Amino acid sequence: MEEMNLEPRTDLEKIDSSFLGEAKRRSGEDLSLCYQCLKCTAGCPTAPYMDIRPNNIIRMIQMGRKEAVLGSSSIWFCVSCETCGTRCPNEIDIGVLMDALREMAIEIGIPAKEKNIHLLHEAFVQSIKRGGRVHEATMLIDYKLRSKDFMTDLIPGMMLFLKGKIPLFPSLIKGRQEIKRIFEKCTKEK
Amino acid sequence: MRFSYFPGCTDHSTSLEYGLSTDAVFKTLGVELVEIEDWNCCGAAATHSINHLLSLCLPARNISKAQSAQTGPLVIPCAGCFNMLKRTEYALKNDEAKRKEIEEIVGFTYQPSFEILALMDVILNRIGLEKVQEKVKRPLRGLKPACYYGCALVRHPKVTRLDDPENPQYLDRLMKALGAQPVEWSYKIDCCGADLALTYGDVVKKLVGRIVSMAKEAGGQCIVTSCGLCQANLEMRQEIGLPVFYFTELMGVAFDVEKRDRWWKKHMISPKGLLESMGLL
Repeated sequence: MEEMNLEPRTDLEKIDSSFLGEAKRRSGEDLSLCYQCLKCTAGCPTAPYMDIRPNNIIRMIQMGRKEAVLGSSSIWFCVSCETCGTRCPNEIDIGVLMDALREMAIEIGIPAKEKNIHLLHEAFVQSIKRGGRVHEATMLIDYKLRSKDFMTDLIPGMMLFLKGKIPLFPSLIKGRQEIKRIFEKCTKEK
Repeated sequence: MRFSYFPGCTDHSTSLEYGLSTDAVFKTLGVELVEIEDWNCCGAAATHSINHLLSLCLPARNISKAQSAQTGPLVIPCAGCFNMLKRTEYALKNDEAKRKEIEEIVGFTYQPSFEILALMDVILNRIGLEKVQEKVKRPLRGLKPACYYGCALVRHPKVTRLDDPENPQYLDRLMKALGAQPVEWSYKIDCCGADLALTYGDVVKKLVGRIVSMAKEAGGQCIVTSCGLCQANLEMRQEIGLPVFYFTELMGVAFDVEKRDRWWKKHMISPKGLLESMGLL
């Protein structure tokens, strides 16, 4: 992977001086403490696939490069394994930061650079909303329809089905109205 | 001894054999697991990836139900569900404003003394390895498992408070108590790639390939895990045919519980050859 140029391209990119404060408030993490030791990036399992490495994400937040950070693939490639946060000498929980950045990107309407990863999360959450529990079969069909990626992983899916590990019928809970209410309250307040 | 039990969604699907072996093993140990009535999905990583508040409230409904059932501390087999409920517990304990918000949305009052435990923790620290050893009929002599902890049990340690986050030992100690000789290796806490399996299969193949080949290189004959997603990824995305067990399945073998063949049928890589060669089938 080519190393990114961290300097903002001021001719093209708007610098948002409130971004650092906003990211700190939303994540609850003190991002000013980062001294670029790179431990987060060194241990990150998905850093090789990110367009901006985790340590650079923090540096760019400090610089106010909101559009570049929220439009990056990195915030979607993070799988929340928490290796970074566990090892950070300044106790910055970068996994939690990544959650906050994704939420901000969705709220502002910045399209996910990794569209399918976002769509899979959406399909999963919608499956919970429908039945209270995840139903793999309908969740996967929903994801396939959203992503229009019909061919990937058909064989593993079939193998699981043949082993009786993908039930045909969902296990619906009684408290679906309660779940619906929780969903409403958790989406309305933002 | 009695505990409240949160099986999690994969109990009915991708980790059927985890649930079946857990039931059998706990019956042998004489410990009752009382399933929470009408429990809901913990939300999993998908929820905290896109809606933080929802990811705290979905687990809170389960905590609320377990609290009012008064059937003992809450035990969770799946590492992913355990992590989600512990994240909510962490917010309830450490952020008063968040606690009030969650309590208002879900409609309950949190009791700070209510305990949320991983299944493994219950076996080691509540039931105890002495009691486990008493039940061993067929020691796993000669078996060399590589114990794989993955992410969700041990990280973030301020949330899970379970074991050493860099070199955990719980599973290794359990395997030794069953008579096995777990191997020392360096990949026991490396991430399998989790749900990227569905969007970036090649990335997960690479991560899993490294974990599995390191387990083999260290002399491991199989991998032992406690997470439905890790187990599915490790079994389905590897190319060298190393069996991947849930730790409760190996407890079941050592306890010589009945109907174990039902578990082995659910595996993508059949562990029967290995067990047979060890005289443990």
